[in-house]
Amino acid sequence: MTLRRLAPLVLWLVLLGAGVLVVMNARFTADLSAFLPAHPTPAQKVLVDQLKDGITSRLVLVAIGNGDAAARARASTALADRLRASGLFVSVSNGTGATSAVDREFVFRNRYLLSDQVVPARFTAAGLAQAISESIDSLASPTGFLANDLLPTDPTGETLAALDQLLPRSGPRTEQGVFTSRDGREALLVATTRAAGSDSDGQERAIDLIRTQFTAVTTEAHALVLAMTGPGVFASRARATIIHEAVRLSSLSALLVVVLLTLVYRSFTSVVLGLVPVATGALAGTAAVALGFGVVHGVTLGFGVTLIGESVDYSIYLLVQARGAVSATATEAWVGRMWPTVRLGLLTSLCGFASLLPSGFPGLAQLGLYSMAGLVGAALVTRFVLPVLLPTNWVARPVVPFGNGVARVLARAERLRPILWLVPVVVGAILFVHRGQVWNRDLAALSPVPVADQELDGRLRSSLGAPDTRNLIIITAPTAEAALEAAEAAGRRLEPLIAAGELAGYETPARYLPSLALQRERRAALPESARLRENLKSAVASLPIQASRLEPFIAAVETARAAPLLDRTSLRGTSLEAGIDALLSERAGSATAFLPLTAPAAGPHPLAIDAPRVRTALGAAPAGTAVLVVDLKQESDALYASYLTEAIGLSTLGFVAILVLILLSTRSARRTARVVAPLLLAVLVVVAGLIACGRSLTILHLIGLLLIVAVGSNYALFFDRRDASIDPAERATTLGSLVIANSATVLGFGILAFSTVPVLSALGSTVAPGALAALVFSALMAEPVRPS
Amino acid sequence: MIRTPAACARRWPSRVALIAALSIGYVASARADGADITLDQLMTELKARPHRHDRFTERFTTAVLDRPLEASGELRYDAPDHLEKRTLTPRAERLALEGRALTIERRQRTYHTTLDEYPQLAPYIESIRATLAGDRAALEGLFKLKYTSKGEAWTLALSPLAANLAAEVARIHIEGVGADVHDVAIDRANGDRSAMTLTGAVAP
Repeated sequence: MTLRRLAPLVLWLVLLGAGVLVVMNARFTADLSAFLPAHPTPAQKVLVDQLKDGITSRLVLVAIGNGDAAARARASTALADRLRASGLFVSVSNGTGATSAVDREFVFRNRYLLSDQVVPARFTAAGLAQAISESIDSLASPTGFLANDLLPTDPTGETLAALDQLLPRSGPRTEQGVFTSRDGREALLVATTRAAGSDSDGQERAIDLIRTQFTAVTTEAHALVLAMTGPGVFASRARATIIHEAVRLSSLSALLVVVLLTLVYRSFTSVVLGLVPVATGALAGTAAVALGFGVVHGVTLGFGVTLIGESVDYSIYLLVQARGAVSATATEAWVGRMWPTVRLGLLTSLCGFASLLPSGFPGLAQLGLYSMAGLVGAALVTRFVLPVLLPTNWVARPVVPFGNGVARVLARAERLRPILWLVPVVVGAILFVHRGQVWNRDLAALSPVPVADQELDGRLRSSLGAPDTRNLIIITAPTAEAALEAAEAAGRRLEPLIAAGELAGYETPARYLPSLALQRERRAALPESARLRENLKSAVASLPIQASRLEPFIAAVETARAAPLLDRTSLRGTSLEAGIDALLSERAGSATAFLPLTAPAAGPHPLAIDAPRVRTALGAAPAGTAVLVVDLKQESDALYASYLTEAIGLSTLGFVAILVLILLSTRSARRTARVVAPLLLAVLVVVAGLIACGRSLTILHLIGLLLIVAVGSNYALFFDRRDASIDPAERATTLGSLVIANSATVLGFGILAFSTVPVLSALGSTVAPGALAALVFSALMAEPVRPS
Repeated sequence: MIRTPAACARRWPSRVALIAALSIGYVASARADGADITLDQLMTELKARPHRHDRFTERFTTAVLDRPLEASGELRYDAPDHLEKRTLTPRAERLALEGRALTIERRQRTYHTTLDEYPQLAPYIESIRATLAGDRAALEGLFKLKYTSKGEAWTLALSPLAANLAAEVARIHIEGVGADVHDVAIDRANGDRSAMTLTGAVAP
């Protein structure tokens, strides 16, 4: 071997080593990041932050089933204790101590800062008379006597009012002292992880801890079962599924391709060498994405599997088409005669995938880069490295008889050509009938979460009365104080909507920690002792209580007038801290308050919130703050729809680029049409087929269509070779190699159609039939050739 | 105990006597011998009435207030374990017990909880429910019973067995005639007293 021949081999090995290093150090993720915009608008940024780190992204809902209620309750309590002790969770609630003694004590101590009834009018003679008379009245109610002990110190009922504010309006059902599902068959827990939703490793640690601790607390023979849902659970499960399926399916497709190649080559060396470009391509693709994006998404990894079907084609072309007694001359001849066609096919594919690179959808841009690097890697290894690796005595197994057989079938099939004209008509009719549902604009269609899990999640959520995670008011302000003040202002404007049945309720950080301004206002509402005593005297004149009995009240108010205001640190150790942590986030120079809205169960629009109406009610935002009413589902669907529209536009551009490329290389509009028409037809037939089967197309189907063009362009370009020097044997060999390459592609992608990961099954069900259709149409539309 | 309940020596309200007289036909046939009703006989008779829906008035006396508070509402029982106390005046509040599950509605809000979470409520509620259910075992599980009867009229004096409950509730007096329960008086350990009188069935 000469140094000149050896150079590519060395270069390849060096790059291979570098690629392995890059991939080994790459970060893999399966969270939402692939679906979030790379360059978000300010409004989208809020949405992205919420999806990545917001309260809802950190919720883990846990259900303990089977066994009897007592065993479930014991397990729930033990599990909750262990999780609380672990430090991995901001809060764990299972119904025990819903308002703990610590909370009650805290609320009692700070009742005059926390109760929203504390206004100046409440401490006038008339206000006091009204409030105390209500407290006295409620003493007669079944639970009122419990408040009896509070009457002397808190005759206006501020403790109960403040506790009421903190309790959810309709809490979950409890049984045996713990949260229970509506049907009473499961004990429920809600845990909020300390790790952000986007920290997939942290989420996984928290989830693993729940699982191991559950096993640890249920050693007794009760056969309890654990079920978990929540964004983190889904993400970690999706990551596992995608990786598992990528490995399983790629092994299976690799096996099938190996079996096929063994049948064709009947040579171990050829089979192994044939897979070298495939492996190189997969490595190149992954490494390129790791370098270009810093993180490789699970979707991209899953996509890697699919590229086996295409990258194996290059080696098939070489190993089948290179004919000659000595491998060196045979491969050299192949490079001379066939490489230009393969290269044009490669460039065509690159044009298609390059169109994805500028996408604002990081997942899509990753797929584009992966494909380009993978295909270039596979093709270059086929062109420069395989010839060096082939043993000198290597001889391709002749496929001429097989090719001739194919040609004879084709000749007979040519009679079918006129029928081809019917294809666009039928396809057009199908597309016209289903014109409304060609594209699926629902982001959930891409969700790797199985429907059963989504249903379980919905059931647990409604059982727990977990806040509606769909509708939010998001307030951004320069300081936490400004955000709280704006949240309080928003709350005042939401009350009429609740009265009108437009809303069932809302959560607000100000419920846990009133703004300093409001606290000051409340403190200022408390009169000094002398005046309070005087007001109290006339207030109780008509009430069955002596003013002298209420001296502890006067002392309490006097203390409260001088008590320090509450800040975040005051809430430490109470469950109010979790509330404020979830709803108010502070960063350098900015604070964000979240007000989740709850849709009404009945009324003018049950279970839905009229966002424009809420926006109108809120009015103009205070100076310096931004108030956004977000429907997360609608926002994310809109975001996805914009990706889809963008991707369709970019793919169209890519298609135009392919047209120009082929036109430039063939310099003939007629030949360009012969190459492009079969591809277009294949794409249309697949689209119509999918839609006729009741599927609507997601962004992944669009990628599949691009792959059809990428794979099919090779077929069409081979059929287009009109060189007079092509002898019948070469033509037969080419035909044979195309059928073999096509079989490999159809096998590789066909397997994916059975995946449970929507991304993979969409690609499989698009590309497998599409590649076959592209070959058939290319053959039928090529200039007629007679076999020798 | 600060105050000695005067309930034992209470005179019969005339309407109660009337009701008792009206129901005597049924009761008399049950015990033609005219002997005093035994506790077991009482429990059997109570158990034989699985549904009740009565009006009540309640008088709440506390040292904090100068005069007693009056309340009224409806008490409903459905066998085996549903008890509902609906206060209508002076302030609406509903308290429902189903098994151990407790639902409280007040100030337009509903709270779901369990008896386990508010153990201090148990004597107030279980005394009435177990009596209406004719469940002697449940009563004896929670209280020391003192039973007296004269003819069809009976008095049950209950004192909590558990020390923590005894610190809350001193004594509960339940009085009735045959299967009709007429009065439930609860004396809290701090001297507060709540006396409930059932004043007749709510028309279905």
